Amino acid sequence: MDAFGIIGTYIAAAVGTLAIGLFLRWFDRKATAMVQWRKGPPWYQPIADVLKLFSKETLVPSTARRTGFLIAPAIGLAASALVAAILWSAVLRPDVGFVGDLIVVVYLLLIPPLMTIFGGLASGSPHAAVGASREMKLILSYELPFFLALLVGVIHSDWSLQLGQSSVIGVVPLYNISGVIAMVLAIIAMQAKLGQVPFDIAEAECEIMSGVYAEYSGAPLAIIFLGKAMMLAVMPLLLITVFWGGLTATPLGIAAFIGKYVLLVVLVTLIRNTNPRLRIDQIMRFFWFGLAPLGIAAVVLAVLGW
Amino acid sequence: MSHKSMISIGPFHPLQEEAEFFQLYLDGERVVDVDVRISYTHRGIEKLDESKTFDQVPFVVERVCGICSASHPLAYIQAVEEIAHVKVPERALYLRTIVNELARIHSHLLWVGLAGHFLGYNTVFMWAWKYREPTMEALEIATGSRVNYANCKIGGVRRDITDEHLKMIDRLVTGTRGDIEMLTGAVIDDPVLHARLKGVGVLSKADAYAYGACGPTGRGSGMPIDVRRDDPYAAYDRLDWNMFVEETGDVFAKAKIRLLEVLESIKIIKQAVHDIPGGEIDAKVENIPAGEAIGHVEAPRGETFHYVRSDGSNYPVRHKIRAPSYNNVPTFKASCIGADISDVAITLASVDPCYSCTERMCTAVDAESGKEMFDFAQLVKLSQEKTERIRKQI
Repeated sequence: MDAFGIIGTYIAAAVGTLAIGLFLRWFDRKATAMVQWRKGPPWYQPIADVLKLFSKETLVPSTARRTGFLIAPAIGLAASALVAAILWSAVLRPDVGFVGDLIVVVYLLLIPPLMTIFGGLASGSPHAAVGASREMKLILSYELPFFLALLVGVIHSDWSLQLGQSSVIGVVPLYNISGVIAMVLAIIAMQAKLGQVPFDIAEAECEIMSGVYAEYSGAPLAIIFLGKAMMLAVMPLLLITVFWGGLTATPLGIAAFIGKYVLLVVLVTLIRNTNPRLRIDQIMRFFWFGLAPLGIAAVVLAVLGW
Repeated sequence: MSHKSMISIGPFHPLQEEAEFFQLYLDGERVVDVDVRISYTHRGIEKLDESKTFDQVPFVVERVCGICSASHPLAYIQAVEEIAHVKVPERALYLRTIVNELARIHSHLLWVGLAGHFLGYNTVFMWAWKYREPTMEALEIATGSRVNYANCKIGGVRRDITDEHLKMIDRLVTGTRGDIEMLTGAVIDDPVLHARLKGVGVLSKADAYAYGACGPTGRGSGMPIDVRRDDPYAAYDRLDWNMFVEETGDVFAKAKIRLLEVLESIKIIKQAVHDIPGGEIDAKVENIPAGEAIGHVEAPRGETFHYVRSDGSNYPVRHKIRAPSYNNVPTFKASCIGADISDVAITLASVDPCYSCTERMCTAVDAESGKEMFDFAQLVKLSQEKTERIRKQI
């Protein structure tokens, strides 16, 4: 593929995923409203929110490191757009992948939370500093179970690290034990990566006033929203690609793909609406002493061929 | 000494809708000290009352607090009735009981919802407020208003509730009981809520006594106090109800007590609606003699205390109000220290604080010279200078 094609793919994937992400944000809000006996917003509300934020003044606190503060959200958005491009091309054109793209995806998925920490610390606000330290502990908590879950997928696809091969996509069916465990781990880790309740400690509105995002306003805040929408679209896609059969190019396959996608987003919404926020020490204990041993067990089971 | 950082909750913070200020001194995420500062919204209601006639004061004091708006007028009126030695008609006592208990239900459910919101559990927030709605409707039926009831008057109540309306109130509270039982079960049995609330913000029994905690805050720490039982007013001594006391003193105990009290209030209302006698609703008080008296009422947050002095004229010469949050807010000194910031948020909320009821006038005093630093003229000047500065920037 030439450079033009790569850039074209990247932009198309970014814009398309953003559109899906904004739609899913609305879906999430509407479903939340239904759970809570509210009416909920109209479908264009997330878009309206972002447009309005773009038209607002950007305030930079006098204590902030200006460049780092402003550039962090953009880097986070760019990284998640890149993940989206790799994942969509692996789903839609399995023949053009490259060896090790799973590792690249895992690596790139770490950038948005790192940029959140970076931006929060650059803002110089004590609330953001507390939020950033919480986000750091959160990453340390969920990354290990997340890796272990993906490792199960890799083992089941005969140690292949390439997303784009048809042998990888959908190799972990949900009827084997380690596959189910890995899927559960990945769903919980997805909740944490998306920063949703019960793992929204880094922003925790009522405790530290939106924490890492406390000082953001205007366009940078809009970019943060876009980044979050992007992640909401990317994470279920990754889970479907690695664990749940990917996309087959038949009408039934496409319908199943959309169904799985919606189901995962509904799960995120339901988990966030039926739990209170956990404390950081409880989250670390849960991930390290609860989920990590489970992940190791799943890896062992996968090696044994279960 | 370890490194300390400061996080301020307030003066404006999403945690509370009112202005308050808690300076938390942190070691990492652990709170090592807390500085409680209030008096951002002092409104001078006590002074205002001195320029109102005895009959006008209830309408002022029910605006002390939007949620205890049944308790404050009642406490004031009981004080005045004691000065004038009024025998209040039986029916009026029952009507006061009904309105006060409805107000307790709506206040406690409001707290449960807010507590859920503070924990990021917005579903509980929305559900609790939905279940509160029939109670608000019952209050509207009983008094004609959802918030400021303007119901009590010296010697009785201003408005009778017809039998038909009593039946409607009965139906409404009976209808919510199932929902509230479900909510209570959901909160008390939720393992994740246990993780967040049990053992959090513990106020020991000794500390509760030392700080003079009252209401659900005190009862959650093993203090068996309730004005309704200890010094019965309205019709509480004629009805059958229980007081709940928990020994653990954590936030969970306070939440549990509030939810159980909601169910108990429903029981009280159903009895009152059933037992209410007929007859007059007003003792028709002619004049208030000279004298002084106190009146106290178990508001949803604890004991609200009013002192009134009369010199035989139409106006109270002194009216002193002490809202329950005045006792409960200082307990943060005992319950917040040693906790995480994430626990402090819910601990601060656990006493159901109400700041503008609690406010006292405060003056800034220079530590060295002992002189008052900002008088009214200086504050006006500061404000004008700031306006000028902003205008120049624009």
